[in-house]
Amino acid sequence: MTGLNLLAVRAIYRFEMARFGRTVMQSLISPVISTALYFVVFGAAIGERMQNVGGVSYGAFIVPGLIMLSLLTQSISNASFGIYFPKFTGTIYELLSAPVSYVEITLAYVGAAASKSVILGLVILATAAVIVPLEIEHPFWMLSFLVLTAVTFSLAGFIIGVWADGFEKLQVIPLLIITPLTFLGGSFYSIDMLPPVWRTVSLFNPVVYLISGFRWSFHGTSDVSIGVSLGMTLAFLIVFLVIVAWIFRTGYRLKA
Amino acid sequence: MARQPCVPAARIESAIIEAMSPIISIRNLSKTYATGFHALKSISLDIHPGEIFALLGPNGAGKTTLISTICGIVTPSSGRVTVDGHDIITSFRAARSLIGLVPQELHTDAFETVWATVSFSRGLFGKSANPAHIERVLRDLSLWDKKDAIIRTLSGGMKRRLLIAKALSHEPRILFLDEPTAGVDVELRRDMWALVRQLRASGVTIILTTHYIEEAEQMADRIGVISKGELIVVEEKTELMRKLGKKQLTLQMLEPLAAVPPALAAWQLALAKGGNELIYTYDASEAEDDSRGIAALLRGLGEAGVHFRDLQTTQSSLEDIFVSLVGERK
Repeated sequence: MTGLNLLAVRAIYRFEMARFGRTVMQSLISPVISTALYFVVFGAAIGERMQNVGGVSYGAFIVPGLIMLSLLTQSISNASFGIYFPKFTGTIYELLSAPVSYVEITLAYVGAAASKSVILGLVILATAAVIVPLEIEHPFWMLSFLVLTAVTFSLAGFIIGVWADGFEKLQVIPLLIITPLTFLGGSFYSIDMLPPVWRTVSLFNPVVYLISGFRWSFHGTSDVSIGVSLGMTLAFLIVFLVIVAWIFRTGYRLKA
Repeated sequence: MARQPCVPAARIESAIIEAMSPIISIRNLSKTYATGFHALKSISLDIHPGEIFALLGPNGAGKTTLISTICGIVTPSSGRVTVDGHDIITSFRAARSLIGLVPQELHTDAFETVWATVSFSRGLFGKSANPAHIERVLRDLSLWDKKDAIIRTLSGGMKRRLLIAKALSHEPRILFLDEPTAGVDVELRRDMWALVRQLRASGVTIILTTHYIEEAEQMADRIGVISKGELIVVEEKTELMRKLGKKQLTLQMLEPLAAVPPALAAWQLALAKGGNELIYTYDASEAEDDSRGIAALLRGLGEAGVHFRDLQTTQSSLEDIFVSLVGERK
């Protein structure tokens, strides 16, 4: 066997996607319903009483932020559970004893987690399009941001899944760090609407750059420049890749 | 025409196996865990193609660590392992693709079907789909009628067989069985022994660890005894039993003896049951010694005027040998 063990990558990928299919209620329908409720409450009920933001109706304005909220949490959740569950059940022995390289393991697990998140993001987008009038100014960049963010945060989820030694730890970072940062990162507002001090503070929130870039691809307006958003997303990607490489080099929490 | 000496077929087979280059070569393998526990201490061992090698040892001796290291689950601290000439670190793909592993614990995906999980294992080892092979494996393991069953609905014995099916899914040349019959009933154990023999007949090299000495005695060609991370002995099973096994000759006396006659002191006989039994314990070298063997003893008894009614011989089991070997190390 030489080169990539693509059959193994496919086997893991299909295994993970099959799990997604079995848990469609939890993996897909539940986040879609949650997001739809956000649209109803913030978009329809409250949004009608709010001014347009940057020339865009409030309902349409929050769409990128809400997709990003689900994308970040689900990418982390899918990837962390994907690698943690074999550790929990002990079936990781098979993965570690198979002729599979670390690159292939990462490719398969992160690829599957990112695929699920992208599917989820597109379903939420379709749901939003039903509820609010929506236009996408830069579809290519919208898809690029969607895929790039899904991959980046699936890598983060993979790291969390390797680090976690209990189900509780799988939830700690998404609940205590990612969700607050996303809510405070401009999901429901433009940071230009904040007082100057809080605007400056918000610029230290990395999620601001992700949401801003994604929102730009929809409406052509953003809180920070598109170049900075893209750069920050790529910076996250590189940081997480370096951590994953370190995990595999040292066998951290995978190999004795 | 000169008559050729009759050589047992097993000895010929053993000699052929010896002459072949090892399929697994382990040299000075050591493993120290992060806790400082020294699990393997400079283990060197060759496994020959087509043999059944049994690794015996008490709990915590290092059996599972040794297997896990060869299979890539545990990183060695030092030493080298090659599988069919492929280094397990630098040529891990080639090495691992030859190996199937059946773990000690029943690690399974609870929510998958039998067919899906066995097919998954084949793909994981880089083999393209082969439904005919998967079907053959499942039929051989009496799992065919459970192919669409969800794994969590299977009994413990079925899960054990499923793990074997997964390990065989990619047609490995080497199969590691870590305590394969732990917790399974007698009938299933016999079935598994039959399966192991069948696999060996098809050319698969088998390395098994077991707590059941009977299992090693029944199946193994060679036996290694590991204790506290050290390989104490590696020997062909029959040779091990011949070299280390004790035999005992018990003579039922016609008349009780008050003491062993001085003329028989060379045999270091023991009296039992109030002098009604005379016991001679001897090993292989003594048995082959003309001056100290059973024939000489019987002659000596006749010359000393000691008469017996009946006699019987017993031989120590592999279990006795194992307990004795491990006991010496404590």
